[in-house]
Amino acid sequence: MIEIIDIHKRFGPSKVLDGINLEIEKGETVVVIGRSGCGKSVLLKHIIGLMKPDSGSIVVDGLDVVGLEGDALYAFRRKFGMLFQGAALFDSLSVWENVGLGLLKHTKMSEEDVKRRATEKLELVGLTGVEDARPSELSGGMKKRVGLARAIAMDPEVVLYDEPTTGLDPIMADVINHLIRTLQSTLKITSIAVTHDMKSAYKIGDRLAMLYGGKIVFHGTPEEIMRTRDEAIRQFIEGRAEGPISVH
Amino acid sequence: MDTFQYVGRTMTSSLADVGAAFLLFASALRAVPAALKEKRLVVEQMLRIGIGSIPLVLVTSIFTGGVAAVQAAYQFQDYVPMRYLGTVIGKSVVIELGPVLTALVIGGRVGASIAAELGTMKVTEQIDALETLAISPIRYLVAPRLIAGVVMLPILTIFADFLAILGGWFVALVGLGVGTHVFFSGLRIFFHVSDVSSGLIKAVFFGAIIAMMGCFHGLKTEGGAEGVGIATTRAVVSSCLLILITDYILASLLFRTVLMG
Repeated sequence: MIEIIDIHKRFGPSKVLDGINLEIEKGETVVVIGRSGCGKSVLLKHIIGLMKPDSGSIVVDGLDVVGLEGDALYAFRRKFGMLFQGAALFDSLSVWENVGLGLLKHTKMSEEDVKRRATEKLELVGLTGVEDARPSELSGGMKKRVGLARAIAMDPEVVLYDEPTTGLDPIMADVINHLIRTLQSTLKITSIAVTHDMKSAYKIGDRLAMLYGGKIVFHGTPEEIMRTRDEAIRQFIEGRAEGPISVH
Repeated sequence: MDTFQYVGRTMTSSLADVGAAFLLFASALRAVPAALKEKRLVVEQMLRIGIGSIPLVLVTSIFTGGVAAVQAAYQFQDYVPMRYLGTVIGKSVVIELGPVLTALVIGGRVGASIAAELGTMKVTEQIDALETLAISPIRYLVAPRLIAGVVMLPILTIFADFLAILGGWFVALVGLGVGTHVFFSGLRIFFHVSDVSSGLIKAVFFGAIIAMMGCFHGLKTEGGAEGVGIATTRAVVSSCLLILITDYILASLLFRTVLMG
């Protein structure tokens, strides 16, 4: 279980996270929605220790991760996989090396075994025959799927998704949504996704949390958010320029 | 913001940078034993820094030697016998010109490429991705570059010393009419091995400076293509300045004993 307790974070004068509280149960998928630049990715980066909060704590399976440094932090991170918004593939490595890098560095597996495992993970995300390609030769959707294969290569307990469908065509976005759903049901992975794509949020989320003004302003199931009367939330989920949320 | 505030802020942020660069250097040093096990990464960086720089060092050194010969001959005329031409060229090349000019051109070439590569990795979240895979960027990216810099700069300096003397000899022979025997006996008269080794000690420091400035500014990059450009410029400028400052400090330390008598 992941507990985010009263997290505050400022960048210069702007308060990006202003007292965030959120609990994520084992095996569930929580989607954090909100406008671009509202601090969703920042929240995600706090969970995996890429950023440190100004105050507050993040407890994962009983362990407070905020104070972790060095080897303890790296040991903790091996429970996690993360899919980045732009896939963040290492362009100096081939596709299979990207997927298998964690295994190459953290296990005693031979290169052949790692390549075999990487190929399996790539098949799981619907990619075959690209093992030896370079990331620069792939399309956006393929990169994202390689990124997903890399995120699950070490069989993590938790996968974090940063805008999994942004920049993809609607069909590819649905393929990714479907993949996330399948991974979660077959591998029982706990997932936290941040997105502003409502279609994706409804499809993959067991629960949704909306981040606005540095706070969680809504927290509930997709059905609950669809029924909400709150004007600001309605404006966001319906994608309207007019409403209480200022567009400036 | 008034001037005092501006000056104050600039100074604090510069001091913070110096501190951060030292911290990065310290953690890179700690990661060296682990990085040595990643032989492939280290060798790859050595080839990039070393083999890739040979053409540049070749041209720089030969012409430096040539210029040294022409300038020395001009200053010698009527006062110093030409048999000391080899002495002056040899000394100035192995002590000063070889290590410093090599470091400056490598600082431009390699420092920039390290900063641009790591900077791009930073802005495309590849550094974060490494972190999430529980792979330390210090061990995986910084330490191999530091090792490669520290090992390759002295080797390139030896190469540069050799070529510069060759360039000097060629100009002396063809342009100034100083015979090969005269040139090389001049080179031998006051030749001390300690001159060469002091040059190589400098090169070790310069190698560390170039690698660390490239890595430091690369990892600090923010904000897309513009940020990568800024990081690259900063890496080159700061490594060139640090090379010249360190050169002075090392010269006063290494040659102090001799000067004091």
